[in-house]
Amino acid sequence: MSASQPPIDSPEIRRLTPVLAPGHTYSSVTDKISAIVLTRPISLGWLIGFVLAFSVFGVLNIAIGWLITKGVGIWGINIPIGWGFAIVNFVWWIGIGHAGTLISAILFLLNQKWRTSINRFAEAMTLFAVACAGIFPLIHTGRPWYAFWMFPYPSVMGIWPQFRSPLIWDVFAVSTYGTVSLLFWFVGLIPDLATLRDRSTTKLKQIIYGMLALGWRGSARHWHRYQSAYLLLAGLATPLVLSVHTVVSFDFSVAIVPGWHTTIFPPYFVAGAIYSGFAMVITIAIPLRKAYGLEDFITMRHLDNMAKVMLATGLIVAYGYFFEFFMSLYSGNKFDVFLVHQRLHGPYSPFYYALILCNILIPQLLWFQSIRNNVIVLFLMSIVVNVGMWLERFVIVVISLTRDFMPSAWGRYSPTVWDWATFIGTMGMFVMLIFLFVRVLPAISIAEMRELVAETSEEHK
Amino acid sequence: MDDMSENEFMHGRKHDHEEHEDSSRVEDHSEECAPDPTVHEHKLDLAAVRAKLRNHGGKQYWRTLEELSDNPHFEELLHREFPRQASEWDESVDRRDFLKLAAASLAFAGIAGCGNKPEQLIVPYVKQPDGLVLGKPRFYATAMPFGADAIGVLVESHEGRPTHVAGNPDHPSSLGSTDAITQASVLNLYDPDRAQTVTNAGEIRTWQQFLDAAAAAVSRSKTVAGASLRILTGTITSPTLAAQIQSVLKLVPGSKWHQWEPAGSDGPREGARLAFGRYVDTVYRPEKADVILSLDSDFLASGPGHIRYMKEYYRRRKLTSPSDTMNRLYVVEPTPSVTGATADHRLPLRASEVEQFARALAAKLGLGGSGTLEGAAQKWLDAAAADLQKHRGASLVVAGEFQPAEVHAIAHAINASLGNVGTTLNYIDPVEANPVNQLDSFSELCADMDAGKVDTLLIFGSNPVYDAPHNFDFVSKLTALKKSADPNKQERKVGTTIYLSTHFDETAEYCDWHIPESHFLETWGDARAFDGTVSVIQPLIAPLYRTHSAFEVLAAFTDKPGVTAYDAVRDRLKAAGTGDQEKFWRKTLNDGIVANSAYPPISAALKFNPASLPPAKTPSAGQIEFIFRPDSNVYDGRYANNGWLQELARPVTKLVWDNAALVSPKTAENLQLAQRAAARGGEHGQIITNVIDISLSNSQVTAASWIVPGQADGVVVLPLGYGRKNAGFTGSNKGFNAYMVRTSGALWMASAGSDIIKKTGEDYPLACTQYHFQMESRRKILSAGTLEEYRKNPSFAHEGDEQPSKDISLYKEFAYPGYAWGMAIDLNSCNGCNACVIACQSENNIPVVGKDQVMRGREMHWIRIDRYYKVETETGDPGGPDYDALANPETFFQPVPCQQCENAPCEQVCPVGATAHSAEGLNDMVYNRCIGTRYCSNNCPYKVRRFNFLRFQDWETPSLKLIRNPEVTVRSRGVMEKCTYCVQRINNVRIEAEKQNRPIADGEIVTACESACPSEAIVFGNANDKTSRVSKLKAQTRNYAILGELNTRPRTTYQAAVRNPNPELEKA
Repeated sequence: MSASQPPIDSPEIRRLTPVLAPGHTYSSVTDKISAIVLTRPISLGWLIGFVLAFSVFGVLNIAIGWLITKGVGIWGINIPIGWGFAIVNFVWWIGIGHAGTLISAILFLLNQKWRTSINRFAEAMTLFAVACAGIFPLIHTGRPWYAFWMFPYPSVMGIWPQFRSPLIWDVFAVSTYGTVSLLFWFVGLIPDLATLRDRSTTKLKQIIYGMLALGWRGSARHWHRYQSAYLLLAGLATPLVLSVHTVVSFDFSVAIVPGWHTTIFPPYFVAGAIYSGFAMVITIAIPLRKAYGLEDFITMRHLDNMAKVMLATGLIVAYGYFFEFFMSLYSGNKFDVFLVHQRLHGPYSPFYYALILCNILIPQLLWFQSIRNNVIVLFLMSIVVNVGMWLERFVIVVISLTRDFMPSAWGRYSPTVWDWATFIGTMGMFVMLIFLFVRVLPAISIAEMRELVAETSEEHK
Repeated sequence: MDDMSENEFMHGRKHDHEEHEDSSRVEDHSEECAPDPTVHEHKLDLAAVRAKLRNHGGKQYWRTLEELSDNPHFEELLHREFPRQASEWDESVDRRDFLKLAAASLAFAGIAGCGNKPEQLIVPYVKQPDGLVLGKPRFYATAMPFGADAIGVLVESHEGRPTHVAGNPDHPSSLGSTDAITQASVLNLYDPDRAQTVTNAGEIRTWQQFLDAAAAAVSRSKTVAGASLRILTGTITSPTLAAQIQSVLKLVPGSKWHQWEPAGSDGPREGARLAFGRYVDTVYRPEKADVILSLDSDFLASGPGHIRYMKEYYRRRKLTSPSDTMNRLYVVEPTPSVTGATADHRLPLRASEVEQFARALAAKLGLGGSGTLEGAAQKWLDAAAADLQKHRGASLVVAGEFQPAEVHAIAHAINASLGNVGTTLNYIDPVEANPVNQLDSFSELCADMDAGKVDTLLIFGSNPVYDAPHNFDFVSKLTALKKSADPNKQERKVGTTIYLSTHFDETAEYCDWHIPESHFLETWGDARAFDGTVSVIQPLIAPLYRTHSAFEVLAAFTDKPGVTAYDAVRDRLKAAGTGDQEKFWRKTLNDGIVANSAYPPISAALKFNPASLPPAKTPSAGQIEFIFRPDSNVYDGRYANNGWLQELARPVTKLVWDNAALVSPKTAENLQLAQRAAARGGEHGQIITNVIDISLSNSQVTAASWIVPGQADGVVVLPLGYGRKNAGFTGSNKGFNAYMVRTSGALWMASAGSDIIKKTGEDYPLACTQYHFQMESRRKILSAGTLEEYRKNPSFAHEGDEQPSKDISLYKEFAYPGYAWGMAIDLNSCNGCNACVIACQSENNIPVVGKDQVMRGREMHWIRIDRYYKVETETGDPGGPDYDALANPETFFQPVPCQQCENAPCEQVCPVGATAHSAEGLNDMVYNRCIGTRYCSNNCPYKVRRFNFLRFQDWETPSLKLIRNPEVTVRSRGVMEKCTYCVQRINNVRIEAEKQNRPIADGEIVTACESACPSEAIVFGNANDKTSRVSKLKAQTRNYAILGELNTRPRTTYQAAVRNPNPELEKA
């Protein structure tokens, strides 16, 4: 915890805990944030972390290479479990990719000032998570070199995708989300890229940042255009936050598999996505602010707020679990009733109990202020929630498939070393991208922080 | 088809392929291969080749491949795949040169592999054979000899390649259907592990050298006293082959014929002798029987005539309305067989108790003798006896092949007393050419070998080193040395051993000469079917390798070694033919049988009284009884290298790729044996079981245990046919070898204290395709009832139906104005015999994936047979503690192909439209559009879709390329596949019908599964035609759709199973 943090002992003070520590000026903010990119030397810690992450990314490449050489049979999938880790991981990463845009767009529209210092890296995290997610639907196909057939392109054969399939909706939803998130992120970066261009001392950096800054000069007209573009993109991104995971949930709810075919899935998936997304933002923010001394910018107020969002979405998810069971039992459908029985007593029941523990029981600690303000506990809890959300997808995707309609066709699933290699490999890729990001782009929006400086100094007058 | 002549089957490829060399080549179709493999097609200047080799002799080494390849003759040699051709050189090659050439040829194989392939042209026939249209299959009638039976088949041939076997409707043992083994026999033809050339002591020899050796053996026997020729064969029903053996026996002084069929029992033979004083065969007519009692007989699935028996039996179980009657089957047996599992009443008794049962039944029926059983079993017996008596003249008692002679004799006596002889069964002269007590015959041979009385031993049709009783120690008989004072002059007791077999197997290792045997699709021959009918075996293809038939080998011992099997068969048939011989011959070939050659029924006078039998030996109750049974798939081990049969789930256990020691749930508890589903594959793939050591008869075997509900307590079944050491790539070292503990004194049954079974503490994974056997109260999956229930409520299959209304779909209803293909599967007729599974595999180019992939739940069969037990247990697995519920469960089988839903869940979720609906209601797969998301499989409630997770097809092995059906796409990896209702067959018929401008008639399209099914349980046709067979079946009240409540509207529907229990027993 930062030394400049005032003691938190009363609700009054808690309310006043700033989103930016006092005493910062325009130049101090700019200095501090841009220094991470421009002047700080590469630290040993960064180097070790990057090399580690890069090695794990290498594992991903090997796993994908072997997959393309041999086929998806190197994974643990079979009949009846046609979807295994690949789809679990896809849904998990897409879920994680929700927080960034939510923070940037929805909180922006809601004029939540505290979003400012976390939106940049949350958005970056979104993009990286979507990139990780995007790998899976591609490589999980039996013949990935033909995966482009899922796009509606004018083929000489006059064949189009089969638009009734939720997988096609997925293609549109995820690619749109990825595109809009990238645009939103990049537009937000433009003033900061110009700052970096201006502060760069080497020619190469000046050229690269200069090109990326798209000729930003900071004129009033620029600012005007910029702000309306940003606002428009925020408006555009907002429905996407809700639609992506809704569409992803259609992959399951449109199918007839017991455990998939549920109308509660869209809101429950979206809540789960935000839940895991915020968990991941916390997972990244806590080490980041520590490593680069950003406690002034990412304050306890941010962590506190994010913990509260986690608690709220976690409760929605718990509601989802409850009603999934309730509707299964209430419907009287024998397959759904059986599913409940299987979740609680079947061969995979330990996973279900672990999921309840991680997603519902442990996060209830967030009701306590002291827990929310204990950085270490919060960090651990964010990991627990991420594990829990991964388990949730595992339970939904895999376990539902193990025992569906025909008892004669029941089977079991167990991941192979290649399943794990691919999954852990994408984590390596994600961490590697985060490491690169903090070194080449400002992890916190300089321009918006300067606005915050202006606003807070007015408040303090 | 009737224009078949002796050299017409040719232009089949003479396919010389070295196992590990990729040497697939396109044959020139204009060049018809000569049937005589000794004809030389090319001349080599071998002298020059050898001269060159000599120049390279000494210490000079070949530096580069090019250095050797500069001689064009070498190249020619290479492209002819030298090693085998070496055997035909007329001049002898000395060993040193031979090795050089062999080494060079291997070196050149590398060159040939690196491009520079020989240029060859594909040209059409210069003279097209009569009636052959390229691209159109032709069908030839032939027969597969199998034990004391021959199964008549029609073989589909594509441009000279036999690809698919179907039943011959004119043949009495087939009536148009087949079984799994017959279906799979075509794969044996293309087995890449087949032996390909004649060898002596492992070295390649010419056929001529063998002929010389045979002639030498004959002359030795004529000149040297005591140098006798012995012939050891399996059971032979071929009149021509038997005549050939007889002529050899006549020609060679002191020669003798011995027979040993490891999975054939002397019980029926000796039982007939006990009852009638001589050998007779029994031909059953299940069609005429109202009540059948099987005394441990699996007559529906094994033994002579089983395909026909199945057909006849199930004709009596077809129901069209509740007023129809059915036959009733009682089965007493130690371990659930296909016959017993679907019987109306089944009584599990230990194998030794079956005899007590038979005696008690005879006593009950007043035939003398005495005997009673305990409690419930006696009640069961009383009811069965009353039922049999009530149906005098229309009842049938069938004794099991592996039961001792006494049981057979009692069965004969009971049948006679019930007046069944002449109605539900007939006696005929033995079908076997030379019926003998085979155990005695084989023992005599072994004794003579020991005594040094055997100079030359010729073996075929049997693999004695592997399958002889282990106390005979046949290896030592083959290798024993004469007592000799001079240690340098050691001689074997048996002078020369000659072995004819398809593979260089266990026996071949210990024999001097090995002659590779031709497949029945490569040779001329004949065989008698179970009723005596003579079938002509005609070849479909010239031998793929330098193989020879038993006939040719025997001819080597006669004074006319050049006589071909073709001539011999034709000569023999001259007597049968009246009128125009040529016409008769062509008709015989066309029909596959010699008309009216079945043996007439004979009257056999019963000379037997059950009372005269000495008291039966009964093992004490605490003992464990071991019974040996041929495996349902690999039989006595001869099909071990057949991947189709290895990967075929056994009807009751659903095990593949292994055998296991089968025990009942209660015995398993006593022995503390357990099993559990593995994390990978689980219920659909991999079960971990305990390994046990069995020390029996001074020998020991280590086996995986397997719990079988319905097995009699205290019985351990040891299936034969596994644990082969030298079966080939597919069949070697799988399972355990039960022959290791099988002795001549206890061929079928051995008992010992339970302490001889020891848990080793190790576990072993078994591949099992369906472990979970409960229906989980989901009645709409397999619907079954009793005849009484059916009569009371004809719609019993629809109790509690939740069929959704048709108008709730978002999409517009499609009218299907033309044909609407549909299938009806009568569960009342299915006993899980598996014929359909292999028929489908053969027709649709379905790959074999291997044990490891099956254990991951990835087998590829398009039709599977689900087996359910009608019990509710706590755990739902046989390893659980529900012994009583699983002591004798009612068993049901359900074939599940793609259900071809009208409202198919798979179609809606495919992102690329790779599975789409045809206008005739087929759920089509477009393989080349599939990208393999597997979403369709997830959304298929029936889980009938199969995915190529890896590249399962074998693209490399040249011989396996020949077996494929050219009308069906060969799928590669990453693609989903499933049953298509044999769309290629539909389209073939459609083309013919459209050419003739007429609608397709009912029954014109026959799917592969339907064609194979011996019980006619599967019917395919046009559901729009209200007069079609399939429509009539679908109109029955028994008709229901699996999971109909899901509104998938499947085109494949089922007719509920109806059992016909005896009300007397039901009350009890």
